[in-house]
Amino acid sequence: MSHYTSHADLGGLPGFGVVAPAPEGGLFHADWERKALALTLAMGATGSWNIDQSRAARETLPDYLKLSYYQVWLAAIEKLLQERSLATAGEIRSGVLQQPPLPVARVLQAQAVSAALLKGSPVLRTPAQPARFSLGQHVRTRSAPAGHHTRLPGYARGKQGVIERIHGVHVFADSQAQGLGEDPQWLYGVVMEEAQLWPERVSGSGAQGLKVSIDAWEPYLEAA
Amino acid sequence: MPDHDHDHHHSELSEMDLRVRALQSVLTQKGYIDPAALDVLIDTYQTQVGPRNGARVVARSWVDPQFRDWLLRDATQAIASLGYSGRQGEHMVALENTAERHNLVVCTLCSCYPWPVLGLPPVWYKSAPYRSRAVKDPRGVLADFGVHLPETTEIRVWDSTAEVRYLVIPQRPAGTGHLSEDELAALVTRDAMIGTRLAKDPAVEEAA
Repeated sequence: MSHYTSHADLGGLPGFGVVAPAPEGGLFHADWERKALALTLAMGATGSWNIDQSRAARETLPDYLKLSYYQVWLAAIEKLLQERSLATAGEIRSGVLQQPPLPVARVLQAQAVSAALLKGSPVLRTPAQPARFSLGQHVRTRSAPAGHHTRLPGYARGKQGVIERIHGVHVFADSQAQGLGEDPQWLYGVVMEEAQLWPERVSGSGAQGLKVSIDAWEPYLEAA
Repeated sequence: MPDHDHDHHHSELSEMDLRVRALQSVLTQKGYIDPAALDVLIDTYQTQVGPRNGARVVARSWVDPQFRDWLLRDATQAIASLGYSGRQGEHMVALENTAERHNLVVCTLCSCYPWPVLGLPPVWYKSAPYRSRAVKDPRGVLADFGVHLPETTEIRVWDSTAEVRYLVIPQRPAGTGHLSEDELAALVTRDAMIGTRLAKDPAVEEAA
């Protein structure tokens, strides 16, 4: 279980240098990047995998940090296609069909794109039970690694915070990523103080007047 | 835009061009995708959905107190009333900057971003420097954008760890009471709606 490694959990890691601002526009550096985006959205629309499985495929690429953003997306589609036998490595390399297709749930047609994008994929679900935590309540996040795709960042594990928002019951990323269905759970906005998150920085160079909010599903939390 | 899609020739096709071309070809042959849908998807995010949408939301909130209240109470519905909704903006929260609190949005785990109002994220938003530092050294990140806030201002960073997407409502610059809603929208940059900059100050723009 615990051998799952995400290479995308970057919050608080040192050594990546300064941010390079850029003007609005200029979102693509090459034509293939546009195509990588569109292929990702079009294949996502087939329902062959969900968004959390897609994120898991990306963050577990061993060379994640060496690849550009759209190289990551492209490598993830190729991986997902092969895992599901939707295409073989040889087909992906050659571009030539060698095996008959497998059925997919749907194919996104050009005339349906606008409506599909405007609709999106809402993840809010009807509660099956009341929320366990209430506004203002002190909580602590899970400290153990998940052992699978999760949306609790490493820097926020085993930390105290306060429930600041209750977003409703949302599809649970951890379960969806493992193919266990939607497993909807209460989702909370949890705010954490910088002394809680970065005690060594605060006692060293000083506090910045910082608070960090994360969105955390109920299974990430216990009462503090 | 530093794009190069009109000047490529077959001899100049990169390894990545060839790889994507092969993938598109096999997925089309398999019948998993409609190649015409790819063009519509690209056109949507290249020419239709972008940060001018969000700027109109912000400008409306500056001139219409009722809309502002609605936006802060139920951003998804308020934003949808202006025609912006859907993919990667299904569940919106608006964050109002004040003299006491400056909001900054990040996704440390990937690149979650409110597409219907801001379009696709810029490269720096998806980059390791931004994702690693925003939650630990946001004042350093703001300095990279030339922004320096008073020490007394709380910096609130929102890490987009679920499917809730955040839009920052920057502070309206002083002395803009005479401007129209469209003129106000022109002051609202993409970066101001992420929280890495402030809205443009027309007084400063003129002096510069």
